[in-house]
Amino acid sequence: MSIIKCSTCGHQNKEGTTICEKCGKPLDYDQQGTLLNMRYDGSAIRSKTKNRSIVDKIWNFFSSIKVGVSLIAIALIASALGTIYPQKMYIPQNIDPALHYRDQYGLSGQIFYQLGFHNLYNSWWYMVLIALIGISIFIVSIDRGVPLYKALKNQAIKRHPNFLKRQKLFGEYKDYNEEDKTDFINKLKKHRYKITENDGHFLAEKGRFSRWGPYVNHLGLIIFLLGTLFRFIPFMYVDDFVWVREGETAVIPSTNQQYYIKNEEFIFETYGNDDEDAIFEAALQNTSGPVPKHFETSAIIYEDVSKDVIGSEPELKEINSGEIIVNEALKINDLALYQDSYQLNEFQTMSFKLHEADDEEEAAIAEFTVDLTDPESEYEFDNGYRVELNRFYPEYELDNGQPRSISNYPRNPGFVFFVHGPDIEEREASFLAIGQNIPSGDNQYKLSLTDFGVRDVSGLTVRKDLTLPIIGLGAFIFMIGVIQGMYWQHRRVWIHQGEDRIYIACHTNKNWYGLTKELEKVIDGTSFTMVQDQEKNNDT
Amino acid sequence: MDLLSLSSGLLYTAFVIYLIAFVFFAATIKDKQQEKQFTLMNKIAISTTILGFIAQVGYFITRWMASGHAPVSNMFEFVTFFGMMLVLAFTILYFIYRIELLGLFALPVALLIIGYASMYPKEVSPLVPSLKSHWLYIHVTTVALGEAILAVSFVAGIIYLIHQINQSKTTVKTTWLEIIMYAICATLGFVIITTIFSSMDYNATFSYAVDEEEMTLEYQLPAWFGPENGELVTDDKMDAVFTTPGWMHGAEAPRKLNTLVWSLTAGLLLYLILRISLRKRIAAAIQPLLKKANPELLDEACYRAVAIGFPVFTLGGLIFAAIWAQEAWNRYWGWDPKEVWALITFFFYAIFLHLRLSRGWHGEKSAWLAAIGFAIIMFNLIVVNLVLAGLHSYA
Amino acid sequence: MKKIEQAKQKKQIKKRNRFIFRSSILVVLFGALLFAVVSNLIAEEEATLDIGDKAKDFQLKRVANNEDAKKSTLQLSDLEGKGVMLNFWATYCEPCEREMPYMEKLYPKYQEQGVEIVAVSVDATELVIDKFVDHYDLSFPVLHDKDSQVLDAYGIRPLPTTYFIDENGVVVERVLGELSLERLEGYLQQIVPKET
Repeated sequence: MSIIKCSTCGHQNKEGTTICEKCGKPLDYDQQGTLLNMRYDGSAIRSKTKNRSIVDKIWNFFSSIKVGVSLIAIALIASALGTIYPQKMYIPQNIDPALHYRDQYGLSGQIFYQLGFHNLYNSWWYMVLIALIGISIFIVSIDRGVPLYKALKNQAIKRHPNFLKRQKLFGEYKDYNEEDKTDFINKLKKHRYKITENDGHFLAEKGRFSRWGPYVNHLGLIIFLLGTLFRFIPFMYVDDFVWVREGETAVIPSTNQQYYIKNEEFIFETYGNDDEDAIFEAALQNTSGPVPKHFETSAIIYEDVSKDVIGSEPELKEINSGEIIVNEALKINDLALYQDSYQLNEFQTMSFKLHEADDEEEAAIAEFTVDLTDPESEYEFDNGYRVELNRFYPEYELDNGQPRSISNYPRNPGFVFFVHGPDIEEREASFLAIGQNIPSGDNQYKLSLTDFGVRDVSGLTVRKDLTLPIIGLGAFIFMIGVIQGMYWQHRRVWIHQGEDRIYIACHTNKNWYGLTKELEKVIDGTSFTMVQDQEKNNDT
Repeated sequence: MDLLSLSSGLLYTAFVIYLIAFVFFAATIKDKQQEKQFTLMNKIAISTTILGFIAQVGYFITRWMASGHAPVSNMFEFVTFFGMMLVLAFTILYFIYRIELLGLFALPVALLIIGYASMYPKEVSPLVPSLKSHWLYIHVTTVALGEAILAVSFVAGIIYLIHQINQSKTTVKTTWLEIIMYAICATLGFVIITTIFSSMDYNATFSYAVDEEEMTLEYQLPAWFGPENGELVTDDKMDAVFTTPGWMHGAEAPRKLNTLVWSLTAGLLLYLILRISLRKRIAAAIQPLLKKANPELLDEACYRAVAIGFPVFTLGGLIFAAIWAQEAWNRYWGWDPKEVWALITFFFYAIFLHLRLSRGWHGEKSAWLAAIGFAIIMFNLIVVNLVLAGLHSYA
Repeated sequence: MKKIEQAKQKKQIKKRNRFIFRSSILVVLFGALLFAVVSNLIAEEEATLDIGDKAKDFQLKRVANNEDAKKSTLQLSDLEGKGVMLNFWATYCEPCEREMPYMEKLYPKYQEQGVEIVAVSVDATELVIDKFVDHYDLSFPVLHDKDSQVLDAYGIRPLPTTYFIDENGVVVERVLGELSLERLEGYLQQIVPKET
């Protein structure tokens, strides 16, 4: 590492320094006559120093703002590409994504899928990109924050006249009296500048803390990114889903069968059934179906207090109850249950009557109700008739002419009944479903559907996210940093006492207009003329 | 119902007052004095603007009272609110920098935005359960304010560019400037065309089949692009000239494409009329009006608007959005297109600030960036809602 | 001379410290990156119970056509010392239905060698299982996981899912999806208890 020796005070400055750390004399001899670059206060950015090892080279790569900005730009473009078509999580889940993108969007959809853009934000390379931005932020902050902090902490009050002359706002005064100088300084004080003095030279400073803004917000971002990493630690994060039918108690997944939820009632309301909805009448006419107004699950949460083996009857103890509404989750310790979706009017019971096939009145010989959640295999009646439920298909479909169920849930139930009776030789079979009643032959008796009961199914998301406090903290610190850096400025006024004259120079890291207006107020009433904007003079 | 008509009356009043304020600002061009002089005309212009803003606040409050929820829940309401926030942001920046030219450009942009908003269905729409939260207005209003402040940076940037760019010969820069002018013309074209045909109550219905199911599509503009295998069912109306290409998806794609082509054509017509009657580039015609502009001050105002708007936008568009998403959809981030584009906006202005602060991108470069930033915001507001439908698709 | 030496030494130490500082930060940062990428890849195929794990014990009611078995329950730990094929299925699942006859066919042979077949149905109603068992005349124990507790504990996603568990209760193989007769027999051979 070579050292730059200041020609005026002899201080040994680190390589890369552009303004002497001690006396403030500009060291960039090749740039004479132009304004000083005041970024990082002229101190050496660490990475600008010589590097030899591979570690130094990697370090320097990431400490470059150019690299950081390029990484953000790449992330920007990549993010935009991912929105061309819906992401994998927003397409129907029961279809093969390859087919979906091809059928829906044609060739461009196929390319989109082949390039992996359908799951772009979870792809390894997008993750690496964001992580590289994080690394860049971290290294940049150390590399620039530390020297800047040192430079501002140890800044000299007395600066070399050349330093002052090369500031944007500068004034040189020969005829002045001491009173004006004190007056000027007092007025600066009134404007809440902190004044320090050395040998008749003054430094007035305010808002230095705003210089830490970028480093504070970078710290917030790093905490935020670390927070998202914690999601991969199993106990920190749970994301699951459960369907619960009205009246049913279901185990809450991802809780090791510790918690159960009972759906007491699912309430569903739509707009247009209420006087207060009259105002929406015009809008409702333009929608294709009813617009949901409110839905909630009235739920009870139980804990299984038995220590029995899995699958044995749980011993349930109520620990919480209440409504689960969109925007209002129900919590059990760290776990939260969110109202997500619903299925309305799933069949729960079906009632039938037995009557003679040619009886137009359909007078009931026997009546019975099948509980679709736990059907019995036989229904016996006092008058000697007996109905056997031979086959039950909760959601039936015809598969090569044969009925079979495609799910567990009674959405479209189908039944094969055998009717036995004193006047029936063997048995009479028939197939029943919604809108269907097929006898096996020339049946004497007929079964007819008389009534049915329905219930709603509530879909709940089970979520635990212990990373939220970390992420929230990161976001909070980020906001503090951004506001600190953006809404305040670091302003400095140097007053150099020369032999026969006085120099005044001013600097701010941004908002020069505000600084100029403030100085106008400060200078007003003193015999000093307004400091000159040297940049403007150069232009004209 | 009374409150509602009062509300729309107030909005109309605000629109007219903004128009008057714009005329007053135009009158200040003649002022010979340099900036920072607070002339009588200046005072009248800014007072009128504030009056218009108050009227629009009146619209906002009465509509809230009528509907029972913050009127930021559909495209019409949100875009109108965005226009209102643009006026607010302009007023704030005006009091900081006293640049009347800002008003000359910010008010027309605000007028255009409010005009654009009124092309959407204006009915009070009911809230679906996930929108029923205080975060609706906390999140949406902060986003609108943040984006509006960022839009003022675009306004300052565009004045800077028109003032600074050499118009003596055609360059890439003058071309891009004309593209921006054309984009403004196209928006105006959309508003004019839609207003003309809706005042005529134009309505043409097409029927078409999807998977053997009969569907209908209503057009409020004469149909150039009809649905695939569509058939005109309304009598005495123009039949579609072209068929919408098959790769455009969604039930309403043909109508959206039709509207887009209409707007672009009307915009082109407007642009050509202006161009021919002015006999020079539009930006070149505006340039002499900006003689007294102070480029350095404009540059600073442009940067300052980003410095003020960026934290507001981040707070509303990312942080408040995340908190609400956590409450409503149990995840603070879901890569919904609207969310992604908010992130892109964030990335973009982060780049803007880094380039300016560490790499010294001042003046022209920074003004071009401000223009791109505004394009991204508009993309997120319009294209993402209408084309890349997701959870945020209001209209 | 000594002064120069000292300065040189100081510079050396400074350089070394810088090297250590920078390397350790880079290691931590890139370690975090690697962690993120690897975790993301693993997260996609996550199962609660995998090969090499000890099979979780459970107890469920049997569904059977003979009266003795009907009221009884079966606990997995009772089968210790035997190899266990644990099959998760449902009546509405076609591939499950197809492999049932294979299981029935191989059951007598492997039962003699100390392998038990246990089929856990996740159907909602007992009736449908009962009719199914009747129809295929299944002789191995069929259990009813009415409240999906075992399904949840084993983290079952696709049906059928089959575990092959050795005599020590350790999962030897996990098969997602349908099995052919040959593959089924191959897996069964793997879990025949070793003679001691």
